[in-house]
Amino acid sequence: MWSDAGLVAGKDLRIELRSRVALNQVLPFSFVVLVLFAFALDPDRGVLERAAPGLFWVAVLLTSLLATQRSFAVEAADANRDRLRMSGLDPAGLFLGKAGAVAVQLLLLEVLLLVGISFLYGIALRSFGLLALTCVLATLGLAAAGTVYGVMAFGLRVRETLLPLLVLPVLAPVLLAATRSFEAALAGAPRETVGWLGLLAAFAALYTVVGLFGFGPLLEES
Amino acid sequence: MTTPPTPAPAAGRASAVLGWASLVLVGATVGLGLVLPRTQEQAEYSRLIAVHPPAAWASYVAVGVAAVAAIGFLVTRRGGWDRVTIASLEVGAVFTAITLATGSIWGRPTWGVWWEWDARLTTEALLLAVLLGAVALRRSLAPGLGRGVITSVAALATVGLLPVVHFSVEWWRSQHQAGTLLAPDPATNADNPYIVAMLVGFVAFSVLFAWMVVQRVRIEALEEEADGIVLDRAIAERRAEASPARGVTA
Repeated sequence: MWSDAGLVAGKDLRIELRSRVALNQVLPFSFVVLVLFAFALDPDRGVLERAAPGLFWVAVLLTSLLATQRSFAVEAADANRDRLRMSGLDPAGLFLGKAGAVAVQLLLLEVLLLVGISFLYGIALRSFGLLALTCVLATLGLAAAGTVYGVMAFGLRVRETLLPLLVLPVLAPVLLAATRSFEAALAGAPRETVGWLGLLAAFAALYTVVGLFGFGPLLEES
Repeated sequence: MTTPPTPAPAAGRASAVLGWASLVLVGATVGLGLVLPRTQEQAEYSRLIAVHPPAAWASYVAVGVAAVAAIGFLVTRRGGWDRVTIASLEVGAVFTAITLATGSIWGRPTWGVWWEWDARLTTEALLLAVLLGAVALRRSLAPGLGRGVITSVAALATVGLLPVVHFSVEWWRSQHQAGTLLAPDPATNADNPYIVAMLVGFVAFSVLFAWMVVQRVRIEALEEEADGIVLDRAIAERRAEASPARGVTA
């Protein structure tokens, strides 16, 4: 399972490295979102500063949609779907590989976005350990849930429009928990992050289990 | 198509009994609700107690029934379970929408706003979004075994998510000071006629839910049968097109 996961994740990351879609399209998109928030919320009134953790995670959520779509778009072209099914790779490994590749891309993006909000919204970053832990746990949940719903909508012609409707309401707990955890970390109140980090871990665990057991049947039937 | 469509069940006596029972019970609920005395604070709107909590109850029942039916399908792979799953998800979405609408109508005069970001409201709104997503997913899938599997997994994922959603929004609110607009639980100090109307409402909406699911299951079975007929006809037509050509070449 693990070697299959490594193979799939390596393949996906190589595709992104060579095609530079993540670098040239997804990353600039997330910065555009940050700038749009500044247009929507008057930057002079301090609203941006107060809302920064929430805006950061909304930007990550929207970008995670793009990353998930992309992760399955590369498999949809040239009848890759049938090859994936017949490859003999362990479905659990496939799930871990796809989700892992999305998670790695999202984590890199989050680092850059953190620099972005600190620079654009004037946020003084602190408690880096808690911020990093929040990012890792939230990203595991985003990648696992995104991959589960991504494979559900995989074989559909309406995939692009259906996936956001399916996955965004499901990701609401991640948005809430990650935002609160960030707020507490930035405010220098590490104790308050504990419950939220637990929730993020529970969400990631729930969808990882669903993915490990459900990915095979879903891929078979999609 | 991997499973041949089973013959559609006719609208039996049970369906008729359920239908009449839900008509009478919903009528009784409306009647009892309308004769409730008006209260000091909530005026006429207190009467919504006869329909609002029962609708919320029916939406929870729907999600529970969908989950059980989804497990049933994944274990047995029988089309009947699949039809109950999608029927419950759809009817559940209707009751969730009714819950949100009646709650909003009550909230406007009582709280002064149409919407309050209270934990329960937020959970119910997210539930509606998730149910609509599952129904949209189902409708874009081609009939067959695969559709059943994907619908079942989507239904189970919805149910597994509900506690997480509920607690996350509850904690999310608890970070703020307790909302001054939050209504006291009406059941705790409600006088007897309110409780009677609400209890009749619970029974009425449960029976109504059952009747709607039975009807929706019948429609689903008929649709599957119609799909099969269309497919058979198309195959017969293609064969008819091919046979003269084969005659020429032979």
